[in-house]
Amino acid sequence: MRALDFLHGIHPPERKELTARLPIRRMPFPDEVVLPVRQHSGKPATVVVKRGERVERGDAVALADGFISAPVHASASGRVTAIEGWPHPDGSTALAVRIAVDRHSVQVPRPRVVPDWRQLSPQQIVQAVQDAGVVGLGGAAFPTHVKLAPPKDATVEMVLVNGAECEPYLTTDHRSMVEFPERVHLGIRIMLRALGVTKAVIGVERNKPDAIERLQATAPADLDVTVLPLTVKYPQGAEKMLIRSVVGREVPSGKLPISVGVVVQNVGSAATIGEVFETGLPLVERIVTVSGHGVKRPANLIVPVGTKLQDLLDHCGGLTDDAAEILFGGPMMGLPVADLQTPILKGTTGVVVLTTADVRAQVSYPCIHCGYCLEACPVFLDPQHLGSLAQAGRYEEMPGHHLADCMLCGSCSYVCPSNIPLSQLFQVSKAAVRRLKVSAA
Amino acid sequence: MTSPRFVVTASPHLKAPATTPVIMWTVVGSLLPIVVTALYFFGLSALLVIAATLAGALGAETAFGSPQRLRDGSAVITGVLLGLTLPACLPLWMAFLGGAVGIALGKLIFGGLGSNIFNPALVGRAFLMAAFPVPMTTWPAPVDRIWQLAGDNFAWPLMRADPAAMVTAATPLGLAKFEHTQTAVMPLLLGTTSGSLGETSAIVILACGAYLAWRGFLNWRTPVSIFAAVAVLSAIVQLVDATYPGPLFMLFSGGLVLGAVYMATDMVTSPTTNRGRWIFGAGIGGLVVVIRLWGGLPEAVMFAILLMNALVPYINRVTQPRVFGTRLPGVAA
Repeated sequence: MRALDFLHGIHPPERKELTARLPIRRMPFPDEVVLPVRQHSGKPATVVVKRGERVERGDAVALADGFISAPVHASASGRVTAIEGWPHPDGSTALAVRIAVDRHSVQVPRPRVVPDWRQLSPQQIVQAVQDAGVVGLGGAAFPTHVKLAPPKDATVEMVLVNGAECEPYLTTDHRSMVEFPERVHLGIRIMLRALGVTKAVIGVERNKPDAIERLQATAPADLDVTVLPLTVKYPQGAEKMLIRSVVGREVPSGKLPISVGVVVQNVGSAATIGEVFETGLPLVERIVTVSGHGVKRPANLIVPVGTKLQDLLDHCGGLTDDAAEILFGGPMMGLPVADLQTPILKGTTGVVVLTTADVRAQVSYPCIHCGYCLEACPVFLDPQHLGSLAQAGRYEEMPGHHLADCMLCGSCSYVCPSNIPLSQLFQVSKAAVRRLKVSAA
Repeated sequence: MTSPRFVVTASPHLKAPATTPVIMWTVVGSLLPIVVTALYFFGLSALLVIAATLAGALGAETAFGSPQRLRDGSAVITGVLLGLTLPACLPLWMAFLGGAVGIALGKLIFGGLGSNIFNPALVGRAFLMAAFPVPMTTWPAPVDRIWQLAGDNFAWPLMRADPAAMVTAATPLGLAKFEHTQTAVMPLLLGTTSGSLGETSAIVILACGAYLAWRGFLNWRTPVSIFAAVAVLSAIVQLVDATYPGPLFMLFSGGLVLGAVYMATDMVTSPTTNRGRWIFGAGIGGLVVVIRLWGGLPEAVMFAILLMNALVPYINRVTQPRVFGTRLPGVAA
């Protein structure tokens, strides 16, 4: 059997033991939810409610703006108190809908007709997925329905479900696969129908044997669904690496997975599609791992979208005395958040609280040309050369060295013995290159 | 409201444990068995010479570089390695000067750690060879007692060493080139022959190098490539003309083992790509054989490495890796 692996990559400590065995629990509804209109890639949604209006759980508060966009739904019944700028996890202040949640409410969504997906055409399924506001729950938050409606000239051979979850600390997908495998399979069934393909593969890292076992045990007999154990390595969950591991092919530079006949979906997104067609409820909540040694009671929780960080942390016992940095996402690519009013978004996979010991300041040394970064980079770039260009401010030369292929996975920064902030330099460089393009246009 | 106590940093927020000082100091540690072996064969003079080069290197680093650079251990490596390439009977003032010049002109003048093109220890040795050719090619025999000095180490600065103070012996390479005499392999492996401090036990050096490779601090491709090139080329030469020394002699004589394991693998001055390392090693191996057999000097490793160091920026450029998703067979670019 071919090794299910990709080349290069790194082996950071997993640190999943804090939450891997904790069953998912539902968090109580907070007093307020704040829903930014930009929770996905593509165009932000446009607000359709007014201040003072009452909304029920599941009502649309903002509608999709075009095809590559998604609507936003109220995650709790309540009253719209404001539509204003609010802290966003990416550090900006972004337009958001604030809802004061009804206290003592049963939070039952408005009654609706649940369409029987078996009677829907593929186009109707795609529209239903968009109307439910489903986006990629693995972190990138790409509108899911777009992937289910590939261009006419594209050939789709299989659906590849991403259960790798390679970031340290995070166990969201792990617990979803262990506790809701039937829903994952239902979501796969619906996606196969929407795409008109018959083959699906679920890729799961080997450090989740219970998830692999549960998925295999509940796999429907009438579907071609294979569960494949993958090498535990970062960034196994990056879609290009996942495709290389499972299919053995490289997605051409600058192209999408569809060019090799594959549609990739996060396992949580698959489960959400299943839930949407089971209950009719749009995407209003998601599973979040709260972990790290800086939070008193780590947990895997069902969290209403728009729950503020403060409320989430309070439910987990609050911060420890040595809590130092809060991340949305995992420690390799997560965003640091300092404002406790920042809300959880549809794409927030986890909240990791690092302690002062974890964030000790590091001294940087000059590059010693060790070449560890070249051995780590999963897309075979030369981070040493790119890094020296970036430090010299020679941004215009970087696109010629494939800066665009850099995924900002952070593997190079992780291994650099001189503590050179390569990933950060490349973030800055990409922004500089974009500015150069704009000013040249 | 932002709490002032939260740290905000760019991703990633995890770091691999090996830092540059860890690498450098581990290399220093791996040199200690070799220094002890040199002490065993050449006595107290070995320690004195190495101490002198170390003093020169650290002195230059403090005087002309930044004092905090001493903490990363790179100057210590240069000092010890340079000492290991010198004869035990070298006057200490020359050794000191070599260490200072190696650091000052081999590293600091280029901009310090990471900016130099040439191996600083070898720059120091090249300077000493050019400035003091006779003392640098006067080799002591291994000593009988450890505290016995191998030569006139304490010659006054700027004074010539007293030739009566030492017992010299020709090195195996000198014997091969100038007297066409072969040396058996076992003495070469164990280090019981005359030569520089670091030409001692090949077994000890290879073991220390293997440890560094196991830790991930030494890329095995460079030394393997050097050894392979030397072995293959000298085997071919010996096949053509049996009077030439064969691969085993070439591999274990002179400073080749020390040079291949410690000098050529210096990260700053060697290629960053794996393909580049193979080319670099092959070039060094080829040059070593050519210079030893047909050049004017019996010893060649230093010049071979320095010459290939000069080609490293070019080698890096032409061995850039294929980027993921590019140049795929059957896919238009």
